[in-house]
Amino acid sequence: MSASTAAYKDRQFLAVIGDEDTVTGMLLAGVGHVTQPPDSQKNFLVVDAKTQNADIEAAFDRFTQERKDIAILLINQHIAERIRHRVEMYTAAFPSLLEIPSKDHPYDPDKDSVLKRVRRLFGE
Amino acid sequence: MSGSGAREAVFPTRQSLGLMKTKLKGAQIGHDLLKRKSEALTNHSPEITRRIDEAKRKMGRVMQIAAFSLAEVTYAVGGDIGYQVQESAKQARFRVRTKQENVSGVFLPQFESYTSDSANDFALTGLGKGGQQVQRSRETYARAVETLVELASLQTAFVILDEVIKVVNRRVNAIEHVIIPRTENTIKYINSELDELDREEFYRLKKVSGKKQRDAAEADAEREASKKDAEAEGKGNAAAEAETQDLFGDEENQDVIF
Repeated sequence: MSASTAAYKDRQFLAVIGDEDTVTGMLLAGVGHVTQPPDSQKNFLVVDAKTQNADIEAAFDRFTQERKDIAILLINQHIAERIRHRVEMYTAAFPSLLEIPSKDHPYDPDKDSVLKRVRRLFGE
Repeated sequence: MSGSGAREAVFPTRQSLGLMKTKLKGAQIGHDLLKRKSEALTNHSPEITRRIDEAKRKMGRVMQIAAFSLAEVTYAVGGDIGYQVQESAKQARFRVRTKQENVSGVFLPQFESYTSDSANDFALTGLGKGGQQVQRSRETYARAVETLVELASLQTAFVILDEVIKVVNRRVNAIEHVIIPRTENTIKYINSELDELDREEFYRLKKVSGKKQRDAAEADAEREASKKDAEAEGKGNAAAEAETQDLFGDEENQDVIF
């Protein structure tokens, strides 16, 4: 049934997995948050060509499962494409997963997992 | 008839028949209500999908503008500010809180963005030059993120609604295809068992009454026989009586009638 209040009461941050420009922009908007030391967890991950897929997956899992204070996870679409199976598997309501375009990769609605589900539901 | 299909493990009594009938009625009412709920929710979701579609399109535009403003910053500052920004991010100024919206008994969360008044992490970014561009870019990105938050709440609403619709449909189907047939089967079974019992009872009664009739007939016959015996004996008795009546020797005497 609908998620209980406890599931999202404490969720107040946005998390970002994206290329450098996207993350910088989001941070300029003020979403960046680093938890108290000693663990000092960042709520953003900069992905470039050298970043391993395993690292992206680890960050994805950390933001979606471990951390309970993240309400929305923003991920660049071309990065979501690299861990597409994980994104497809992700069906929970919280945190909400949002694929966003990046500077070099315009948004393609056909690749969006959520939109795919929407289409499937209405048989379009 | 009664053996076909699954049925509940109950004793075939009139009490459980009543219970089953109540259950069937309840299941039918529940089925109707759930079906209506499912329809109401399904009617709601095309609107959400439409809004998601719209918001996604808007997001594309907004993000493009934001990326452009960031490019301006890079140009004005004359270098990449990414590293500096990433290092100076400490406390989130831009946060969301969740509200609830009630749609046909389903609570859909809605994100609402707000900016906390904590210190600005990027006060020094663009201090040398390009401060104005940094400021503008920040505003642009803040607006973009607001759009994203809106989109995220729509999407979450959709995901939850989708889940709820699935659950409700599953229940509707379970009631329609499992619970109602099973209850009907149970009712049939109980009815047939009760009929069987009735027939047995009737047969038994018939047997009993047959036996009683037979007994009665036998008794009658016996009585008859004993009567006959008694009559036969009675003749002998009468003869004996006739002999004894002559005790006074006055048979010739007429009875005096006054």
